[in-house]
Amino acid sequence: MEYVLIFITAIFVNNIVLAQFLGICPFLGVSRKIGTAGGMGAAVTFVLVLATIVTFLLQKYVLDPCGLGYLQTIAFILVIAALVQMVEIILKKVSPSLYQALGVFLPLITTNCCILGVAILVIQKDYSMLQGVVYAFSTALGFALAMIVFAGLREQLEFSKVPKAMRGMPIALITAGLLSMAFMGFSGVDGGLKTLFGLN
Amino acid sequence: MNNSIKYIWNGIVKENPTFVLLLGMCPTLGTTSSAINGMSMGLATTFVLILSNLIISLIKDYVPDAVRIPCYVVVIASLVTILQMLMQAYVPDIYATLGLFIPLIVVNCIILGRAEAFAAKHGAVDSICDGIGIGIGFTLALTLLGGVREFLGTGAVFGQVLQGEDFGMLMFVLAPGAFIALGFLIALVNKIKK
Repeated sequence: MEYVLIFITAIFVNNIVLAQFLGICPFLGVSRKIGTAGGMGAAVTFVLVLATIVTFLLQKYVLDPCGLGYLQTIAFILVIAALVQMVEIILKKVSPSLYQALGVFLPLITTNCCILGVAILVIQKDYSMLQGVVYAFSTALGFALAMIVFAGLREQLEFSKVPKAMRGMPIALITAGLLSMAFMGFSGVDGGLKTLFGLN
Repeated sequence: MNNSIKYIWNGIVKENPTFVLLLGMCPTLGTTSSAINGMSMGLATTFVLILSNLIISLIKDYVPDAVRIPCYVVVIASLVTILQMLMQAYVPDIYATLGLFIPLIVVNCIILGRAEAFAAKHGAVDSICDGIGIGIGFTLALTLLGGVREFLGTGAVFGQVLQGEDFGMLMFVLAPGAFIALGFLIALVNKIKK
């Protein structure tokens, strides 16, 4: 039940993009078409889960026992960069079709702050390994959901007449604001679920 | 001397990271729930930006081209770690408010972007000036956005109450207000530029 709670909270209540402002760059940058938005979402899901597992192990078995907690930021970003690089090489060799689909998005992911952000959040929230993985997976799904819905809105936006000064980024940001407002409708759901499952 | 002023002015106005280059959107939206938070985030980023520009302009000749990005990232991450320690020691309240966004300065595209686009091609003094300019531009933009959101959300700016309690639209302090306020500010800048 606890996992269901983490799952729903991460997707709807504390959506990584619309409520926590992580991963805004790809959210605004590659959301012109639903197809590319979906591809980016899939690539982030893949890397985010992998990165969370690796950084979790690094923190618990290397940094913590050696008292090197202060190296967290440096260690995590290096591991994530190396991991993305490795995933790219392996995908290219093992599954060219998947590489075709996700390849272009992979280099962009290193500087996507939601990867480093989630890796640090999992440690801060003191999750166990399994909780961390569920959290990472559902966060990534929330990211993909927000990306795809937003891309759909932007595709519609192409056909509407927008005042000159508002074209491009401003109207996209305001649309994102409205979407974020819609997601605020879910706030409180996590509390309700907690009571329902008897977790408090 | 003229050049330095030109670079600083360039960072504040012509290449303002928030309103013109549209970089570093995560901290811009995430930390501007009030003017003081926006300003703190801007200053923290400026600190890292100036030092990373300086160090990278000094080491650029000794770093092989193929591994320059990882090297830059290590420099930036080290500076961020120093910043984290300094903030924890001297301004723990602000550090707690900004939270996750301080370590995330590492992946702020402004910093790596300036390292790659400016510091890797210019000398130390010019790079510092560019860092100061872009840093001030970013800080001003964040303070402005924070001020607008704080005013519309609570009727106060920098904690100084300007309008009564019932003035505030709470939404502007929450997540949707960040997107909407920034959208309108960029539209305003576009309008002025024309």
